[in-house]
Amino acid sequence: MRQMSQVARSSAGDPMTPHPVMIRRIIWENDDTFTLTIDPSDEMEGYQFLPGQFNMVYVYGIGEAAISISSNPSRTGTLDHTIHRVGTVTTALAQKKRGDMIGLRGPYGSSWPIDIARGKDVCIVSGGIGLAPLRPVIYTLLAERAAYGRIIVLYGGRSPLDLLYRVELEKWANEHNIEVLVTVDRGDSSWKGHIGVVTALFSYIKLDARATVAYVCGPEIMMKYTLNELDRRGLAPDQVYLSMERNMKCAIGICGHCQFGPTFICKEGPVYPLPRVRALLDRKEL
Amino acid sequence: MEKENLVDILQQHPFLLGLSDEHMQTLVGCASNVRFNEGAYVIREGELANSFYLIRTGRVALEMDMPGRAGLRIQTTGAGEILGWSWLISPYRWHFNGIAVADTRAIALDGECLRRKCEEDPVFGYDLLKRLAQVMERRLEATRLQLLDLYGTTASGVGA
Amino acid sequence: MVAIDVEGFDHVLRALQARGYSLLGPIYREGAIVIDAIVSVHDLPRGYVDTQAPASYSVTRNDDEALFGFVLGPVSWKKFLYPPRLKLFSMTKSGKGFEVSPNETPEVPKYACIGIRPCELQAIAIQDKIFSDGQYTDPVYSSVRKQLFTVVVQCARPAGNCFCASMNTGPKAYGGYDLALTEILHDDSHYFVVDAGSGAGNELLAEIPHRPATEVDIERANTVTRSAAEQLTKSMETTDLPRILNESFEHPLWDDIARRCLSCANCTLVCPTCFCSTVEDVTDLTGAHAERWRRWDSCFTSDFTRIAGGNIRMSTRTRYRQWLTHKVGYWVDQFGTSGCVGCGRCITWCPVGIDLTVEVRKFRDSHTMQS
Repeated sequence: MRQMSQVARSSAGDPMTPHPVMIRRIIWENDDTFTLTIDPSDEMEGYQFLPGQFNMVYVYGIGEAAISISSNPSRTGTLDHTIHRVGTVTTALAQKKRGDMIGLRGPYGSSWPIDIARGKDVCIVSGGIGLAPLRPVIYTLLAERAAYGRIIVLYGGRSPLDLLYRVELEKWANEHNIEVLVTVDRGDSSWKGHIGVVTALFSYIKLDARATVAYVCGPEIMMKYTLNELDRRGLAPDQVYLSMERNMKCAIGICGHCQFGPTFICKEGPVYPLPRVRALLDRKEL
Repeated sequence: MEKENLVDILQQHPFLLGLSDEHMQTLVGCASNVRFNEGAYVIREGELANSFYLIRTGRVALEMDMPGRAGLRIQTTGAGEILGWSWLISPYRWHFNGIAVADTRAIALDGECLRRKCEEDPVFGYDLLKRLAQVMERRLEATRLQLLDLYGTTASGVGA
Repeated sequence: MVAIDVEGFDHVLRALQARGYSLLGPIYREGAIVIDAIVSVHDLPRGYVDTQAPASYSVTRNDDEALFGFVLGPVSWKKFLYPPRLKLFSMTKSGKGFEVSPNETPEVPKYACIGIRPCELQAIAIQDKIFSDGQYTDPVYSSVRKQLFTVVVQCARPAGNCFCASMNTGPKAYGGYDLALTEILHDDSHYFVVDAGSGAGNELLAEIPHRPATEVDIERANTVTRSAAEQLTKSMETTDLPRILNESFEHPLWDDIARRCLSCANCTLVCPTCFCSTVEDVTDLTGAHAERWRRWDSCFTSDFTRIAGGNIRMSTRTRYRQWLTHKVGYWVDQFGTSGCVGCGRCITWCPVGIDLTVEVRKFRDSHTMQS
């Protein structure tokens, strides 16, 4: 479902020019993942985003990376970007300190359609850094808890120390109004939780197939197995949404890089209803 | 524990879903109710594998002994799932440790008893084997996915 | 419709210059007809004729008086609307951070494009959908485009690889231009039949010495373009093409093409509708000053689809498949028309002469055989 929020008007006025913003806080989630917080009101008055959208984050002289926004959309003054250090730009970002300046433009892309989940159960399935674009969904659901049925969060990570947002996950796991199941690919003697693939967690929950909406985000292979699992449990494809990733250079639909078959992931995505992309997912080297 | 009570418990376990009454009677003769406290070894690597566990509540972690290193835990099995099939495959030895990471209650099925019943009643044996094969396939698929270390090198969501 | 002579045509060029337009038109340079700045009729490649075939292009000069005896060359008008290299912004280091340099706002060029072929006019319309009709517009493209004065020259003959008629883009343009000229060479007379397609076109014509076009003139003009249509040797059937290609995703024909394709990206460079770009961020040696440049890119480059974990399209086979399927298939979903205008440039400038009309026909035939 396509929901766009307004792109903040920039002082430069040009859609490809980032706004300089200061890093307010950096939290290292694990060895190679960190969350950068900036305050958009510095330079981007009226900035708002919807869960699932992303910003283009710029490092002076080096380049940009498309990063999902992982904070609470209703909290003005904070924008979190959870970043996996894996390439040139993200490695440069990993060396930044509080007070350093980066560039930002956005928000771009489609968002998780939360309004269709009203009155239904919500099943959030995420793996690795895939939890980042889904965290804003959890905040949004919890902010109006009575509007939704069960909230189930399934999350898989590499190991206990690699899990994102551990404090929050534990807080949510202890609350009665949200079900959180976490698993890791490999554990140690101090980990008392599940060890295995995130799809194995489905054995421990019962879904009401007719009244559940699912949001899925993670490595493509993980998403494909999750889709099979959701299908096995009887969820109709139009109740399932996923977030896709491709190379991005402009984020405004004119550079051609993010094409996934007939769709531009920066414009129509990254969030898609499953029917739109089901056939495309099976295509090798699409 | 009374036999009828055991049958009730077994009928509720997902692994035995749809098992015929006749085969249930065959099975229950090998069954007993067991319980492990958190931290207890349910199975030990290298020891004789003579039990097949249907886990009711709790969680067991599969662990490999590694000299000089604290055990690496590679999978957990929990409520509604099973533990162990080495009782079916010669030389009937456990390949892993199984440690209860929570208080765990299970039905233990005696391995020798089960093997004998499978030989005597191949229809029952084949049914049991089909169920086990399904579990093995899913575990193998899961293990392969874990091998890929998907969260290690690839970014997911939107990133660069 | 009016008729003007060659001197009148030169008058058109001068009138445009008087209105502040910089003229762009075809010139002969280093063995090819390219598009660049022109000043008068004398800059045009009078007497030049091009011969095109798969992987082959040559230009010869004869004694012909025709100003537009050639068809088209490797340069398309996208070079000026959507420049190959464009500075997007500059930044300067400032204290602990950096500042966006105030926009130098280079003056937006006011171009008059002289000698646009009908297929090229359609290519511009196709690029409009990408750059100025979407949710985000490219500011440079949009501002150049808004001020563009278009002078179409209808085609008198096709080049060897042209297939405009089957793509509904030529050899005659029926509208969407400011002026459209058909060059008439009859016995000793040499003149142009001119159609104004806009208010600006009409206004300009009013200043030029002209006479009304007679029925004879109009019939001659029609003959010119009709004759061009009859000489076309290639065609591409577009019915159902998106679906056919969609169902041919793993077809062995792609391997066949991949054996020949060099992944050289020539086709994307010469194609008047290809629009892929990339950005380069650069700094000077001290790092005091940074710039971002946009430059043309091609889906044939090996890194085009790089994400963490590798490239999605890892082989020539899958990259060629993307290019062709996008051009005549996905493009229809994305922008409502085919991305191909039938100009044939990709066939001419492919070093191994891959002809997409032939390949598409093979996919179609294979598809028909299966059903």
